[in-house]
This record gives sequence, structure tokens and C-alpha cells, in this order.
Amino acid sequence: MLSIKNLHASIEDKEILKGINLEVKAGEVHAIMGPNGAGKSTLASIVAGNENYEVSQGTIELEGEDISELAPEERAHKGVFLSFQYPVEIPGVSVTNFMRTAINESRKAKGLADMPANEMLKLIREKSELLEIDRKFLSRSLNQGFSGGEKKRNEIFQMAMLEPKLAILDETDSGLDIDALRIVANGVNKLKSKDNAVVVITHYQRLLEYIVPDFVHVLMDGKIVKSGGKELALELEEKGYDWIKAELV
Amino acid sequence: MDLKEKLVSSFMAFEERIDTSSALHDVRTNAIKNFENKGFPSKKEEAWKYTSLNAILKNDFSVFPKKENSVEFAEVKKYFLHEVDTYKVVFIDGKFSSFLSATTHEGIDVCLMSSALTKPKYKIVIDEYFNKIANKDETLTSLNTAFALEGAYINIPKNKIADKPIEIIYFTTGVEDALMVQPRNLVIVGENAHVQIIERHQSLNSNPVLTNSVTEIYAQKRAIVDYYKIQNDNLTANLIDNTYISQKQESRASVHTFSFGGNITRNNLNFYHFGEHIDSILKGITIIGEKQHVDHYTLVQHATPNCESHQNYKTIIGDSATGVFNGKIYVEKEAQKTNAFQQNNNILLSEKATINAKPQLEIFADDVKCSHGCTIGQLDESAMFYMQQRGIPKKEARALLMFAFCNEAIESIKIPELKHRITKIIASKLEVKLGFDL
Ligand SMILES: Nc1ncnc2c1ncn2[C@@H]1O[C@H](COP(=O)(O)OP(=O)(O)O)[C@@H](O)[C@H]1O
Ligand SMILES: [Mg+2]
Repeated sequence: MLSIKNLHASIEDKEILKGINLEVKAGEVHAIMGPNGAGKSTLASIVAGNENYEVSQGTIELEGEDISELAPEERAHKGVFLSFQYPVEIPGVSVTNFMRTAINESRKAKGLADMPANEMLKLIREKSELLEIDRKFLSRSLNQGFSGGEKKRNEIFQMAMLEPKLAILDETDSGLDIDALRIVANGVNKLKSKDNAVVVITHYQRLLEYIVPDFVHVLMDGKIVKSGGKELALELEEKGYDWIKAELV
Repeated sequence: MDLKEKLVSSFMAFEERIDTSSALHDVRTNAIKNFENKGFPSKKEEAWKYTSLNAILKNDFSVFPKKENSVEFAEVKKYFLHEVDTYKVVFIDGKFSSFLSATTHEGIDVCLMSSALTKPKYKIVIDEYFNKIANKDETLTSLNTAFALEGAYINIPKNKIADKPIEIIYFTTGVEDALMVQPRNLVIVGENAHVQIIERHQSLNSNPVLTNSVTEIYAQKRAIVDYYKIQNDNLTANLIDNTYISQKQESRASVHTFSFGGNITRNNLNFYHFGEHIDSILKGITIIGEKQHVDHYTLVQHATPNCESHQNYKTIIGDSATGVFNGKIYVEKEAQKTNAFQQNNNILLSEKATINAKPQLEIFADDVKCSHGCTIGQLDESAMFYMQQRGIPKKEARALLMFAFCNEAIESIKIPELKHRITKIIASKLEVKLGFDL
């Protein structure tokens, strides 16, 4: 599904990713953990096509195709979805209109006609019920005045609407109380299949109890320094990151 | 001969041609004198610091069209709000076009300024209202007054509601190499009366045009006036719009100015209060590019207690276009409990785009709520990336952000067909097709 090889990236001449290698196969869940500032969000952003970063070396392939030259929307059309750590507020555009535009633009890119209005309404209803989102919420301006938890839940609602092949969830658990966490995790699990893949970026083991990873990677100082099974997450939660640092020297 | 000399020297001939015995002779004479003294405004004047007329004034404008011109309806249909029935007062090169118009005298008057100025039955009204709220010191207003002859005359009597929107459209055909026109509108909205008006100036080819328009609007007690200005003219057309609004107690007047087209556009929009519990609403959406220039110069004169004014101007400037917003709120000593709000937000899309924004609050009363906010920024890059990540291409994402930015002023349009039209103009201006109305 996703294959990243020797990825180096920098911003304003500061190197942030220093040779990332990551293989994610269809049907898998990967977790990326690591201390603040390690480069996790940067990695997610670069995979999604953020042009603010300069990629100096390495390749990013999606289903065998090099996507590193594609615009963010083209990657989205190919099935890349990023749940933002900090979703952006867009005043004046309602959640519904935003989703309608996003879905129809994706369809346009695939040569399909606009989704009929009744089908769209049905889809919105179905997915908002899945994430237990109040209908009134959908006519509000996107993310404006949403609480941290509402923003994250809304991200997963959008993911459910778009049904991506590769979903990267960047700290989707932060800001969620335990009930919301369960709803969001349930939403993600419902969407999981053998044909898609999920990359979960998190600090905490908590989310991984619900979305169980096949692999856990530790990202430190721009590199993946350790990989393991789900038990690695527990170990990190218990012992922090210092022992890995110690192991490295 | 420069334009000023040409205008001054043609004044006598003009007066002779219309009717020298007119009671308006003194009004006109004083007006031309004021213009002769002051001439066209220059950048040396504070009020014209950012807008220069010099380049326009170099054109050899005809100040009267040489002959009557006509246009086919099919050719100009798109400029009308043809999806709904409306009253229409239409002019071609400054002359009334009965063919394109739909006037009325049934219950309300929607007709011609030339009739109102010359027919005896309108004399009382003209004496009471003509050139009364217009600023007699202002040189371009005076110039218009001196030559005022044609335009729309609208009188909605007490307790009447105009049953259809009224469209006032000024076409210029470009038959003249360069033409100056000076429309003069008078709108009187009686007690409890209600009217919706749409005004538009449209040139039909690329010959230069200079329009110096004056509109006087009187809103009596509890009257409601909704006035919409669509400025989407060719890039060779220039517009100086001078609008004066007099409001009596509990009246509500709103003016929406949509500035998308034109070369140089200057809007002088003035509200004066005579009574309590008045509400004045000024909204503007300006989207310009290339070398366009739009200058909004607004004044709300709060002279009486317990009144409100709400100004909201949104501007998006691209290429090497320039925008100006000069919004003056004046609160006199007597005007206690005034609520005056002003919001001016600007987005610059390119390095060369310029905005000069100047809020001016002059407050002499102590118990008032006044606020103003002015922002200048670029399109939010992180919002762009967010939208693109969800599959919305860059151009559409930009358009969506810009629509959202203007949304408030679009939402407050009370004529649905007009709202739809404005949305479409904006979409075509931004070169996108949106699958929905915001
Ligand atoms: N736009 C930016 N400009 C400058 N530095 C940045 C920018 N984005 C991220 N960084 C830096 O890159 C490093 C990695 O950040 P980030 O990817 O957000 O880390 P994480 O998500 O792992 O906490 C940090 O040192 C951060 O300060
Ligand atoms: Mg992060």
C-alpha cells in the first residue's frame, strides 16, 4: 500500500526527517510513536503532499506508484487521507457543503458525475450516525468554534465519508474523552478492511487498545529507531523513550 | 480644451436647450460655479489621496451624446434580473429607453427624472427633495447637479410596498469615442413604505466611459430601503458614484455595493440621520484584479440618539489592482446610545496588490458603542492544504475560501434571484463552478 524509502525532508534548511523507511501493506494497522518534535506530523504531512517541506531524498509510493510529485488533491483522489493533528477552521463553509464539494471533486477526478443529492444525504446521515454526530453540527462552519474533541470526531466523520485506502491519523486521540475515543475508534474499525491500511500516530497506548496495531514504530529525531509488535507500545507507555535512546548509543 | 473647460463652457448651451425659466436655474448656476472653482478633485485632497482621476480625464469625452442610440433587448438581456418581474428604468447613452423600460404610475411612481424636473405636478416634490441631502460643497456632486436632467425618479408613497424590485440600468453603447454621462436619481420612500432597488452601469464595448452619478434617497419614518449596486462594468469604464441617504426615525436603509468590474470606481456613500432608532447598513464585496481600482469612501453621520449603523466591507485584490476603504463614522454630541460598527477585511492575492484602509471614528458623545476592525491578509495557506487534502483542487479551494470570506454580504441579499446572480458573477470572476450556493 504505502512504501517509503530513505525519506529525507527539511524546512527552512532544517533537516527534520533523516532517512525514513516504512512499509505498510493492505489490511495492516501501523502505529507510530515518539517524543514531541520527533517529526511524526511532518512525515504525515509530507505523505499527504504538503509543499512547505522540501524532500531532498527518498521515494514515497502508493500501491507501487510514485506519488511524491503529485499535488495534495491528487493524492487524496488516489485514496490518501490525513486526519490532522490540528484541523483548520474554515469560517463560512459548512461541514455539509465542504463534504459535498470534496466528494464531488474526487468523483470529477475519476470521471464520474456529481453524487445525486439524495444519495449524498443518505451517506451523510449514515456516517454521522456512525460517529454519533448531531445533525445540527453539520450545518455549522467547518471546525469553527468546535471543541478539540469535536474537531477530531469530525475528522473521522470525513474519513468515513471519503473511505480512503490509506488513512493517517495524527494524534486523533488527543482531546477526546473516553466515550468519544471509543466512538472514534469504533468508526475507524468499521472502515477497516483487507484492502485498506491505517497509520496511527499517537503518544498513548490508550487508543491502541481500541485500534490494535500490527506493527509499532518508534520515531525519534527524524528516524525510525525501533519497530516491533503491539507489545512495544505497552513498553513505551511504561518506560518512556529514554531506554531506547540509551539502547541507541 | 480640457474636460473641465469643456464642461463649464457647455453649461450655458445646456441650460438654454432644456428650459432657462426653470426654477432650478439658481441651483444649477450655483452648482456649476462650485465646480468651476474647485474643478476635478486631485490627490492633494485628503479625500482623494489614493484615487487619481488624471489618467481618465485625458480622454476627449463627449459630454452630451451626439445622437440617440438603441440596443436590442437580446443583446443586453443578461444584464437584467430577467428571472423575475421587475420595474425597469433604462437609459442608453444617457437617454431614456422606453423600449427597454417598464415604468409605472400605479400607486407608486417609477419613472423619469426629466419628467419630474419639468412637469408642474412634481414641482412640490422637487422643491422639497431635489439636491437637498446631496452635499453642495462637493465638486463632483455639483458638476452632476449643474447638468442633472435624466435618471430614475422613484416615489413610493406612505404605506405602499413596491410589489416588484426596481432595476435602474445605464447602458453606454460606445458609439461615441469616449462618453461622459451624469445620471441623477431621486428616490423617496414614504412612511412605512418599502422598496428594493438594483442599480447598474454597463458599457457595451471598450470605448472609455466616465459616469458621474448622483443618487439622493429619502427614507421617511419606518421606511425600509434595500439598495443594491452591481458594479461589473468593462475595464474601460469608470464610475464615480455619489449616493446620499437621508433617514428619518425608525427607518432602515441598506446599501450593498458589489464591485467586480470597471477601471476606476469611486463610491462616495453617505448616510445622514434625522430621528431616533434608525438603522443604516452598508455592505460591500469587492473582487478585483488586473489594474483595477476601487475606492469606497463612506460616511455615517450619527446626529440623533439611539441609532445604529453596521458597515461590513470585504475586499479581495489580485494582480496589481488597488483598493481603498475609507470609512468615516461621525457621532455628534447629541447622538447618545449610538451603536456604530465597522468591519473591513481585505485579502491580497499577489505581491503587487494594494489596499489602503483607513477607518475614521470621530466621536463626540460619551455614551456610545463604536467598534471598528480592519484586517489585511493573504489566503490562509493551512486552510488551502486542509481542503486540498480532502480532494478539493487548489483553484476550487481558493474559490471556496474567497466565497466563505464574502459570505455574510451575499447572505444578506434579500432578492433570491439577485443573490443567485451575484454568486454566479463571483464564481465566474474566480473561474470556478461550485456545485452549490453558499
Ligand atoms: N513549519 C515549520 N517550520 C519550522 N519548523 C517546523 C515546522 N514544522 C515542524 N517543524 C519542526 O520540525 C520538528 C518536527 O515537528 P513535528 O513533525 O510536528 O513533530 P511531532 O509531530 O513528532 O511532534 C520540530 O522540531 C518542529 O519544531
Ligand atoms: Mg505532531
